[in-house]
Amino acid sequence: MGWHRKILRINLSKGTVDVEPLNMEWAQQYLGQRGLASKYLINEIDPKVDPLSPDNKMIFATGPLTGTAASTGGRYSVITKGPLTNAIACSNSGGYWGAEFKFAGWDMLILEGKAEKPVYLTIMDDKVELHDASEIWGTTVWHTDDWIKTKHQDPMMHIAAIGVSGEKEVLYSAIVNDLHRAAGRSGVGAVMGSKNLKAIAVRGTQGVAVKDGKTFLKATMDGKKVLAENAVTGQGLPTYGTQVLMNVINEAGAMPTRNHRDVQFEGSHDISAEAMHEPRKTDGKKNLLTNQACFGCTIACGRISKIDENHFSVKNKPEYWHASGGLEYEAAWALGSNTGIDDLEALTYVNFICNEQGMDPISFGATVSAAMELYDLGLLTTEHTGGIELKFGSAEALVKCVELTGKAEGFGKELGMGSLRLCTKYGRPDLSMTVKGQEFPAYDSRGIQGMGLTYATSNRGACHLRSYTVSSEILGIPEKTDPLATEGKPALVKAFQDATAAVDSAGICVFTTFAWTLEDIAPQVDAACEGGWTPDRMMEVGERIWNMERMFNMQAGFTGKDDNLPPRLLSEPAKTGPAEGRVNGLEKMLPEYYQLRGWTADGVPTNETLSRLAV
Amino acid sequence: MQKALVIDPGKCTGCKQCEMACSYEKDNEFNVAKSRIRVFEFHEDGKFVPYTCTQCAEAWCQQACPVNAITTDAASGVKLVHDNLCVGCKVCTIACPFGTVNYNSTTGKVIKCDLCFGEPACEAACPTDAITYQDIDQTGFDKMKMWAKQSADGAEPSGPNPPVAH
Amino acid sequence: MVNSMHYVILGAGPAGVTAAETIRAHDKTATLTLIGGEPEPPYSRMAIPYLLHGSINEHGTYLRQDDNHYNALNVNYKHGFAERLDPQNKQVHLKGGEAVSYDKLLLAVGASPISPPIPGADLPGVHNCWTLADAREILKLADKNAPVVLVGAGFIGSIVLEALYQRGCRLTVVEIAPRMVARMMDETAGGMLGDWCVAKGVDVVTDTRVEEISTTSGGADLAVRLSNRNLIPAKLVVMAAGVKPNTAFLDGSGVELGQGIKVNNFLETTAPDVYAAGDCCEGIDLSTGKPDMLAIQPVAVEHGRIAGKNMAGIKTPHEGSLNMNVLDTMGLISSSFGLWQGTPGGTTASLTDSSKFKYLKLNFEDDRLIGAQCVGMTDHVGMLRGLIQTGFRMGEWKDKLIESPELLREAYLAVAQGATISGPTGPRVSTPVVD
Repeated sequence: MGWHRKILRINLSKGTVDVEPLNMEWAQQYLGQRGLASKYLINEIDPKVDPLSPDNKMIFATGPLTGTAASTGGRYSVITKGPLTNAIACSNSGGYWGAEFKFAGWDMLILEGKAEKPVYLTIMDDKVELHDASEIWGTTVWHTDDWIKTKHQDPMMHIAAIGVSGEKEVLYSAIVNDLHRAAGRSGVGAVMGSKNLKAIAVRGTQGVAVKDGKTFLKATMDGKKVLAENAVTGQGLPTYGTQVLMNVINEAGAMPTRNHRDVQFEGSHDISAEAMHEPRKTDGKKNLLTNQACFGCTIACGRISKIDENHFSVKNKPEYWHASGGLEYEAAWALGSNTGIDDLEALTYVNFICNEQGMDPISFGATVSAAMELYDLGLLTTEHTGGIELKFGSAEALVKCVELTGKAEGFGKELGMGSLRLCTKYGRPDLSMTVKGQEFPAYDSRGIQGMGLTYATSNRGACHLRSYTVSSEILGIPEKTDPLATEGKPALVKAFQDATAAVDSAGICVFTTFAWTLEDIAPQVDAACEGGWTPDRMMEVGERIWNMERMFNMQAGFTGKDDNLPPRLLSEPAKTGPAEGRVNGLEKMLPEYYQLRGWTADGVPTNETLSRLAV
Repeated sequence: MQKALVIDPGKCTGCKQCEMACSYEKDNEFNVAKSRIRVFEFHEDGKFVPYTCTQCAEAWCQQACPVNAITTDAASGVKLVHDNLCVGCKVCTIACPFGTVNYNSTTGKVIKCDLCFGEPACEAACPTDAITYQDIDQTGFDKMKMWAKQSADGAEPSGPNPPVAH
Repeated sequence: MVNSMHYVILGAGPAGVTAAETIRAHDKTATLTLIGGEPEPPYSRMAIPYLLHGSINEHGTYLRQDDNHYNALNVNYKHGFAERLDPQNKQVHLKGGEAVSYDKLLLAVGASPISPPIPGADLPGVHNCWTLADAREILKLADKNAPVVLVGAGFIGSIVLEALYQRGCRLTVVEIAPRMVARMMDETAGGMLGDWCVAKGVDVVTDTRVEEISTTSGGADLAVRLSNRNLIPAKLVVMAAGVKPNTAFLDGSGVELGQGIKVNNFLETTAPDVYAAGDCCEGIDLSTGKPDMLAIQPVAVEHGRIAGKNMAGIKTPHEGSLNMNVLDTMGLISSSFGLWQGTPGGTTASLTDSSKFKYLKLNFEDDRLIGAQCVGMTDHVGMLRGLIQTGFRMGEWKDKLIESPELLREAYLAVAQGATISGPTGPRVSTPVVD
């Protein structure tokens, strides 16, 4: 229950479709989704595999709460070895795809090999078919979505697809489902592209049953009440979206600006949630139309925006005048603050294109900002950029960059490598704001110290969603800690990492944890599926997952030396704001973190730890 | 005084909690494909429209039934399909001009919203009060008008819509 | 005040029963006589196939499930068969000599099966499938694996086919037309149904007549000779070659007949105080605005309601009924609405997926939907009726539907939301009004 106990395995090289029982023993140890699929992946691939080779595999996985009435219970994850990082990649997405896939009667989809020619996959309950994708190869996610629904005459299908960027293996290309929800990070879209797989369309009528319905309904109702009554999940996120953070983080002096040269952005208000709510001066309409929920979500943080039809980015392009997914905080920051651009409409357009072409706006924006710094330093010129004047603050430049990168054309090909490879190529790897090759998200670790450790130790490269200590350090959830202090942060990071790994394995959204603790989540999981799920067991599973992911990365060639931050954050003090004069104190936090994890001083999990956790 | 589901599409976020609540109430599983209420999405307008039976005062489905298997519950005004009488002829599914009576091939009977006998699960599950259950003293025709008016008024989403604690 | 009004309703099908109920709702004291031509309580012919495949018993076919229904309404239900109408003296003469006087009369006498002039059609083992009496005879013969020939694959034939299939009979269907359900759906849809039947092991022979039915040696079994010269053995032959209105008894009465009984907008016949409703009369077809025979249950009910109101003195025009049908052919569900054939100069939207037995065709005139056919599609199909009957303008959604017919639910919501529901230019929908 909670599970169908069925896995779909498709070998794209051979064109075979196999059905396997779900390994329920592993489901007890790794719960589902992130944890369970990582276990499968690690069991099946060589850690040193080239992520873009046919020998890499990719898994689309749901959790036990996916497709249930648990709030936010519609999540799925894509687990593979990431081409941007060469580390384990696990990108989590909402929308409706995950639930629909589960409704089709499957817990997981394992993809192997590489199709000879571009194909797309349809999963209609137990009817699973590969189809020729030659008519949609080379087109966008949005076109593909429409084309498949029209072709199969089923508007109720939910489709996860890659754009041209994924086909051309832009290293931070995403898999976009339901037009604007994305398994966004680490380049999972490029892996799909490397397998010649354009899209996966799902339609399910099987439903999901739970272990103990009455208890489950009670637990999920209680959970929804907690979310509704919480200031962040009940008011802040639905009203303002994640963009509620823009002004908060800026005031905290933790807003990376112009490739982290600065920690506060003078234009932050113009691209904030509040700005999205205000009528535009140009046409009197608001950028924000409404909020949208993902499947089962009672928070509904998603933004639905419409761009000013006269804005330069969409002028005479009516195909972009309709409503679609608007700016989330991370995108607004990466495309805006970090490039010094305060043009809300331009950022919304660039975000549309990231969705349409399937790109991670964080890595894209951060790569553009790194390129802008190289340009500023004269290391990149208009000769390299094909004439684009890549100045900080130039919305026109950003718009050209996204159009080129989305198709991997011209200078877009260079941008598509990600900031580390780009900066290395132009002689300044130190200017790449990355860990393990993945670009930072929207929190400067000089102003929020715990995030430095979070980024440095994240198993999928720099990421805020592996341990969102911003929650504690800025928002005071579950308790307030000093963002400028390093003391106590190793334990905080470890606890967040383990809890998040468990949440990511359950089928729900990590945003619930602004309001929920594992005390709220475990009863929902326990009523859904077998296993006697308690908060303690979930923490244990989370820690097991974390160590398993770590071991994979070590076998892939990473060492403790990769638990590091770019020199700028360790040696260039913040210039303004509360963190003025500070750098990140990683060296103070890391040894204690290793110790708390039961790892050696070099960051290697000890045998004792591994056997304690039965990894 | 009878009560009716009042739907305000402008408040709907498209979360489908109503569909899950409905399918669980009726089929003991979470299965939106079997829900008696359905949320339609109009992506390009950023609009979501929950849609189900309005319990017409004199219902087309009821009149079309050849064996009297659809009756009116006197207290609630609900049009009720009696599974023991329904022969599965599907005439009501084509007769209902709202398309809210549907055939369930698993049971061989038709299904429609019955307001969960006065405690609609969809209403309880709706986080934003896009679906409410209110006293209403109107005929089926007025209900239709009300429904249409609300839908038209809701043509522009009134969001963002935060959840409401019940 | 003593109410001496006597309403007589001839025919106890859906039209007659609905009319009786409607009259009673408006006139609590009048005398109401409902005369049924068959011995059973009023029942639904539509339910007979479900009786045949055993999902209900005879009681389950009754139009009203409460046995006391007619008593409670103070409706005098009696058995009788009309032989002659005398409008001058306001009398109906029944078989057996009884004359029933009326103040107002409703002719809801329905239709009867056509008996094609086939030699041997009167042999034992050859039955219509129209009445409960027929059903009892069929049940005696239609055993599992019994060879059965079904003559006619129109709408009724196809419903009977489903029932016989469910009983496990070995079926051969003979149809004179080039396809199944030729008067309900087009070649594509009819072809799909035919293919589906064949895939289910039912032999479908189209473009073929039955020439003769004869007894085989021994006399217990039958042999059916077809125009293609094949000889098909059968234990049972079921005739479903169409129906004709029961109007023979009106000859000489002065009630004008066309294809059926002619009525005006108030369902009045040409004889004073004589109304007609249901399968026996030519009601207005909503799609054409012209009188036509729409012999389907929902139309009979609509006629019954409107005739009943007019008889009770509440002037209610009949603005037309929509022709529509739904059919379950061994699990493949099809339906058709309105002008499913389309009109010359009209546009269509269609999708066809033969491998999945899925078909949807929408016919437009200007930007209004006027007709539709579906195969393999059941969700929210009633919306097609809603769109056709209300005549909502589809606007931009017409083009969207031509591109993607499956968007019809979204189209319905979009146009139904934008449109006015009532008013002079509003829909032609005759919404049920509270009595």
